[in-house]
Amino acid sequence: MLKDITLGQFFPGRSFLHRIDPRTKIIAALLYIVAVFLCDSIMSFIILLAATLALIALSGVPVKIIVKGLKPLIFILAFTTIYNVFFYKGDHILVHWKFITIYLEGVVFALIMGLRIICLLTGSSVLMTYTTSPIMLTDGIERLLSPLNKIKAPVHEFAMMMSIALRFIPTLVEETDKIMCAQKARGADFSSGGLIKRARALIPVLVPLFISAFRRASDLAVAMECRCYRGGSGRTRMTKTHFGARDVILFTATVILGTVIVLSNIYFPIWMI
Amino acid sequence: MSVPFIKVEDLIFTYDDEDSIDKHYVLKNLSLEIEKGSFVCVLGHNGSGKSTFAKLLNMILSPDEGKIYIDGLDITDPEITEDDLFEIRRKVGMVFQNPDNQLVATIVEEDVAFGPENLGVEPSEIRRRVDSALETVGMSEYATHAPHRLSGGQKQRVAIAGIIAMQPECIIFDESTAMLDPQGRAEVMNTIAKLNREQGITVIHITHNMDEAVKADRVVVINEGEVFLDGTPKEVFSNVEKLRRAGLDVPQVTELFYDLSNHGVDLPSDILCEEEGAEILSAWLKK
Ligand SMILES: Nc1ncnc2c1ncn2[C@@H]1O[C@H](COP(=O)(O)OP(=O)(O)O)[C@@H](O)[C@H]1O
Ligand SMILES: [Mg+2]
Repeated sequence: MLKDITLGQFFPGRSFLHRIDPRTKIIAALLYIVAVFLCDSIMSFIILLAATLALIALSGVPVKIIVKGLKPLIFILAFTTIYNVFFYKGDHILVHWKFITIYLEGVVFALIMGLRIICLLTGSSVLMTYTTSPIMLTDGIERLLSPLNKIKAPVHEFAMMMSIALRFIPTLVEETDKIMCAQKARGADFSSGGLIKRARALIPVLVPLFISAFRRASDLAVAMECRCYRGGSGRTRMTKTHFGARDVILFTATVILGTVIVLSNIYFPIWMI
Repeated sequence: MSVPFIKVEDLIFTYDDEDSIDKHYVLKNLSLEIEKGSFVCVLGHNGSGKSTFAKLLNMILSPDEGKIYIDGLDITDPEITEDDLFEIRRKVGMVFQNPDNQLVATIVEEDVAFGPENLGVEPSEIRRRVDSALETVGMSEYATHAPHRLSGGQKQRVAIAGIIAMQPECIIFDESTAMLDPQGRAEVMNTIAKLNREQGITVIHITHNMDEAVKADRVVVINEGEVFLDGTPKEVFSNVEKLRRAGLDVPQVTELFYDLSNHGVDLPSDILCEEEGAEILSAWLKK
């Protein structure tokens, strides 16, 4: 379960979004995130929700999978909702009972925050992680940052490091699991005692984990050398993506989304906080 | 006679740095020739220098002394260019023991593409090679899967596909079956045999498994940094005493027949295959 967090997300397919250049998707995701934070009125939220649903439809990823992907958010959502409902101060009292006062503004704000968080995660992951494999994604980052090569920034190395890190997360999570079981079998106790005692109990897990990670790293380096890896120069890619009509459509659509949201805030300022 | 694909002359190698006093020679005076298209098994106890030898063959390590010729080219020549070096690594591919530590990508086909991408092959050609390599190892239907969800044998086949996609002439398997369960082992062994038979790829298979060694054309035993025994499986495994001295086992059938003939039973002592052994035994018992 934990090991699927980063990788289980990619959903191979050939949808509209799958076939867009990763660079466009990264930029579109950034624009989309800005748009989410610009939302301030009921009208703008309706537009944002419509845009998010449209993105899901364009990605071809089943809604069931997207809802499942939201599960880790439950705690954050519950926390922000409770916090805003009970502690946000406003003018319109909704409930007043003993020392608890709930204001209308608090409820509205909690709703807005919840919607924002859900849209933020859904929209950006549909644009990037669900429809772009990690290699394509880091490849996109590498190409977006390539102007930095001029000032001798190690852009290719950075992208390679990221994609290898992503590749090894599930392997290392699995290994942590195994080591913890092995230490438990020897009588280690990870679930009782105070913070310090628990932190100390983790040392016998971290030490073998680090040793094994270094061994893996050196094995991998040799294996990469054997496969003729010599850095970014002279390297080609199997899937050469190009900007096409689809990219223009997605980019224009996200720019329009941002503009429409700003305009709707100005012209339909209902429920503005 | 044609030039051997790999020719190694008097290799000397040590991991110690140059001015340490008490040098531990991992390889000393190792000489060997390997013909194109052959299937060679390399045996030797742990720490006998097999992996070191493998890494010398594609210049991951370079020898202290001695010469290595790959396809006629002297790769120990100090003047060798970087392009020659990468050409050697393309020709002599290597598959390692732990399948997890040699896959770089999070999608099977992207991993297979890694080698050809490094070689600067055209995108459409990479696509073609990836598809055909996955087909060869029987992993086509997993092309878009994540490697960490595959079984050990499947991961190892993906690793092999990654090497095949570079169109090598020789593949070295460094204990590539050691971490696998019997089924994964069989999958990988079948793939290796197929590559050797159908594509004429020279195979150097380092293993501890005697039943795998029996299937090779030739068995080379390395001990204390030297070639200790060299010949067909029948020839090598008839030296039961010598192998035991080198810290190695022989296949169980061979051991049985060896002990029987040592005790004066009139049976051949060089039986490698269990079926063959069973037949001879039952014929002998009926007498
Ligand atoms: N990176 C290294 N640094 C120093 N010594 C090493 C290194 N790798 C292997 N050795 C030593 O070299 C010897 C041969 O190792 P190796 O070639 O891995 O043997 P094998 O693969 O046959 O088990 C061993 O004694 C081992 O301890
Ligand atoms: Mg070894």
